[in-house]
Amino acid sequence: MANGSGRPLSPHLQVYKLPRTAILSITHRITGVGLAVGTLLLTWWLVAAATSPAAFERAQHFIGSFFGLLLMFGWSLALYYHLCNGVRHLVWDAGKSFELSEAERGNQIVVIAAAVLTVLTWIIGLIAW
Amino acid sequence: MASNSKTLRSPLQIARGLGSAKHGTEHWWHQRVTAIALVPLTVWFVFGVIRHLGADHAAFVAWMKSPFSALMMVLTAVVTFHHAQSGLQVVIEDYVHNELAKILSILAVKFLCFALAAACVIAVLKISFGA
Repeated sequence: MANGSGRPLSPHLQVYKLPRTAILSITHRITGVGLAVGTLLLTWWLVAAATSPAAFERAQHFIGSFFGLLLMFGWSLALYYHLCNGVRHLVWDAGKSFELSEAERGNQIVVIAAAVLTVLTWIIGLIAW
Repeated sequence: MASNSKTLRSPLQIARGLGSAKHGTEHWWHQRVTAIALVPLTVWFVFGVIRHLGADHAAFVAWMKSPFSALMMVLTAVVTFHHAQSGLQVVIEDYVHNELAKILSILAVKFLCFALAAACVIAVLKISFGA
């Protein structure tokens, strides 16, 4: 009776195999926190550009490095995932698509759309570069 | 603090005197408003970044000297940080249960987000209005 109320405790969350909707839900949070951390890079980029050509050069050099590009790739994937799943949340907010079958289809749409948009962006990005 | 071991009713049936949070649905609504605004802003931003991946300083300054680009960049920064601090607040409220640690980390996140937003806005304006 760890909760002290005399009420039965539900089994711990770890014993369940998480359904895909739950995995996508926690991924939305994780990508959100990751994107928030990524705003530090955005701030550095803008402030460097406002400071001097040399400072901007340093920021651009970091972004263009292997580690920088890796960060940018992860950042773009997180961004598109959070964007697509965020739009799904707006659909839910409108009171639509709550049936399990619709939620399962939504999972697929979100994951595929995020992957396709990320790949498309990098194809365009590498061509433009 | 077992209220009554003979009943299965939750102790939450007894009001704990915390009162209402006084905010109602406002926080939830602001998250949605900023989320909707971020859809077009994000698309603009991603393509802006792509076009300036390897750009030199002069090209970047020329980009930010366009009033439309400066406007979009300021909006992107302000709305992004607003959305970030409101989302991070919910995450902290869900996982940090020590009241003092919770309030301090929410304050730290909010101060940092608004400071970074201000830094971004000043940077864009400095380039936009600069010589």
